[in-house]
Amino acid sequence: MADMTVEQARKGGAGSLTRFLRNIFLRNLSAKIAAAPMMATVLVVFVGCTIWTIWYSFTNSRLLPSGDFVGFEQYQRLFATRRWNVSVTNLVTYGAFSLVFTMVFGFLLAVLMDQKIRFENAFRTIMLYPFALSFIVTGLVWQWIMNPSLGLQGTMRNLGWTGFTFDWLTNPRMVLYALLIAGLWQGVGFVMILMLAGLRGIDGEIWKAARVDGIPTWRTYLSIVLPMMRGVLVTAVVLVGSGIVRLYDLVVALTDGGPGIASEVPAKYVYNYMFGAGNIAQGLAASTMMLLTVMIIIIPWAYLEFGGKGNRK
Amino acid sequence: MSQTATISSAGPTASQDARVEARGPRPTPFFTPRKIVIYSILFFACLYFLFPLYVMITTSFKTMPEIRWGNIFAPPIEPTGEAWIKAWTSACTGLTCQGLSPGFWNSVKITVPSTLVSIFIAAVNGYALINWRFKGSEIFFTILIFGSFIPYQVMLYPLVMITRELGIFGSLWAVILVHTIFGMPILTLLFRNYFASLPVELFKAARVDGAGFWRIFFEIMLPMSLPIFVVAMILQITGIWNDFLFGVVFAGTQNYPMTVQLNNIVNSVQGSPEYNVNMAATILTGLVPLIVYFVSGRLFVRGIAAGAVKG
Repeated sequence: MADMTVEQARKGGAGSLTRFLRNIFLRNLSAKIAAAPMMATVLVVFVGCTIWTIWYSFTNSRLLPSGDFVGFEQYQRLFATRRWNVSVTNLVTYGAFSLVFTMVFGFLLAVLMDQKIRFENAFRTIMLYPFALSFIVTGLVWQWIMNPSLGLQGTMRNLGWTGFTFDWLTNPRMVLYALLIAGLWQGVGFVMILMLAGLRGIDGEIWKAARVDGIPTWRTYLSIVLPMMRGVLVTAVVLVGSGIVRLYDLVVALTDGGPGIASEVPAKYVYNYMFGAGNIAQGLAASTMMLLTVMIIIIPWAYLEFGGKGNRK
Repeated sequence: MSQTATISSAGPTASQDARVEARGPRPTPFFTPRKIVIYSILFFACLYFLFPLYVMITTSFKTMPEIRWGNIFAPPIEPTGEAWIKAWTSACTGLTCQGLSPGFWNSVKITVPSTLVSIFIAAVNGYALINWRFKGSEIFFTILIFGSFIPYQVMLYPLVMITRELGIFGSLWAVILVHTIFGMPILTLLFRNYFASLPVELFKAARVDGAGFWRIFFEIMLPMSLPIFVVAMILQITGIWNDFLFGVVFAGTQNYPMTVQLNNIVNSVQGSPEYNVNMAATILTGLVPLIVYFVSGRLFVRGIAAGAVKG
C-alpha cells in the first residue's frame, strides 16, 4: 500500500505534497490528530513566526507591520544606534564573565561536594534554592542589598568603616558586575548540580588507576575527569549560554538598564522598540540579531553532538 | 596472641588474610586540614547563598525608622508583620493600591491551567512519538527541540498578532496559550524519554488485545507515568510562576501575574520607597516556588536535570 503511494507520488506531478497528504490520512490517524498541537506549534510558532520576524525585519514597519521593503536599512540603523551597541557590548562582557564564573564555580563546588562530605543534602539545598526563584525576585533582593545608602555600603559605613564603597548599582562602570553577582547567585547552584551528576557518573576505577599511577588529585581532575565530562560540560555551556542571550528579567528588576544606558541588554532593546517606541521593524531586526547569536552557539554544538556520530537517523 | 603472631610470620598467605580482616573504611579524624579547607569554603559559599534570604526576611519584619538606621545585618528589634499585610493588601503598583493579592490570584489562574494543559499535550506528544511513530514525527520533534533555543523575543511579535487575531490578546487565555507553546519542547522531551524507558511489550500486548491510541494512553501509559508527571509539574509550576516576559506582554494590565505586579510595586517611582514592604512582597512572590522546591526535594533536582538530558 505504502509502496503504491510512493510510486504514484513519483509519477504524479504534485510529487512530495501528494505523498505527504496521503501519508497524513492513511497511517496512524489518531496519533496524528493527537500530535496536531505539536505540529502546529512547530510549523506556526517555531518555523512560521521566526520566518515572519526575519522577513519583516527588512521592512520599515512602524506601529503596524507593513510590506515596504527597505533592505538592510533597519540593520544599518541598528548598528548606528548607540544604545544597541552598548547593549551588545554589555551582553558580551556579562556573558563572558558569567559563563566563565558559572562554569568554574559550579565545577569547584561540585568537586568539593564530591569529597564524601557530611551534610551534603543541606549544602545542596542551600546552593540550589535561588534557582527556584524568579529573576525578578533575585533582582529586587540584590537591588536592596546594593542600595547605596541603606544597603551593604550604608551599613558598613554606619558600623565605622567610612571608606567602604560598594556603589555598583549607581556606578556605570561597575553595574554589569552587580548584575553578575545576582546572576551567579541564581545560577551557580544549577551548574553545580549538573557537574556533580557528571562527576558521579565517572567510573571509580578511573580514580583507583590514577592513584596507583601516583597522579596528583588536581591533575586527575584536570586531565582525566574534565575531558571525560565533556558531555555534561557542553550541555552546561549551551544551557548557560542560551540563558545569557535571553537575559532580560534580571536587568529589568535590578537596574532597569541604568544608570543611564549602562546596563542595557539586547532583549530589552527588542522589547522597548516593539512595544514602547512603536518601531516594530527595528525591534524585529534586533531580535533577528539575537537569533543569529544563538545559532552561532547552537549550530556547532548540534554538529558536534548529532553530526559526527550518525546514530540519529 | 602468640599464636597469631606465629601464623602471620609463617608465610605470605597468612599475612594477606590478616590484611583482609582489617579492611573497610579507615577511621580518619574529622578535623584533617583538608576537611577544614573543604568545609570552610563550602561554608562561605553558603553565606553568599543565604545572605539575601536572611536580608529579605529580617528587612520584611522591620519598621521603616529601624531600616533608616542603616544596618542591614541587624535582626528586627520589634518584629512586626505590618509590612506583610501592606504588601498583600494595599501596596501601590503605580496604577492601583491593592497590594499583591490580585497578582497572586492572577498567577494562580495562569499557572494551574497552563501547567495542566501543557503537561497533557506533552504527554500525548511523547506517547505518540515513541509508540505511534509516523512519517515526519522525528523531524517535528527535532525542530521542536531546536526551537526551544530560539530567543522568545524572536517569536514575540508574531504571537501578539496571532493572539490578537484569535481575540484573546490581553487575557489570561493568551498567557496560557503561550506557556503551553513554550513549555512543549522540554516537556515533550521529558515524556518521550520516559515512555521510551517503559517496556514496549506492554504496549504491544494492549495493541494485540485491540486497544486503540487513546485507550492505551489513558489506561496503561498514564497510570504508569506518575513519577514523570510530578517532575513535569515541578518544572512547570516554578517556571510559569516565575515568568515575567509573557505576563507583561500578553496578560493585559488587569491580569498581570505576581512577578509583574511585584516589579511594579518595587520599581514604581512615586512616594518614598518602603523597603520592608518591598521585601515582604518579594518573599511572597518567591514563596510558591520555594515551597515547591523544599517539598519536592530531590525531584526538583531531577526536574531541572531533565532539561540537561538529551534525547
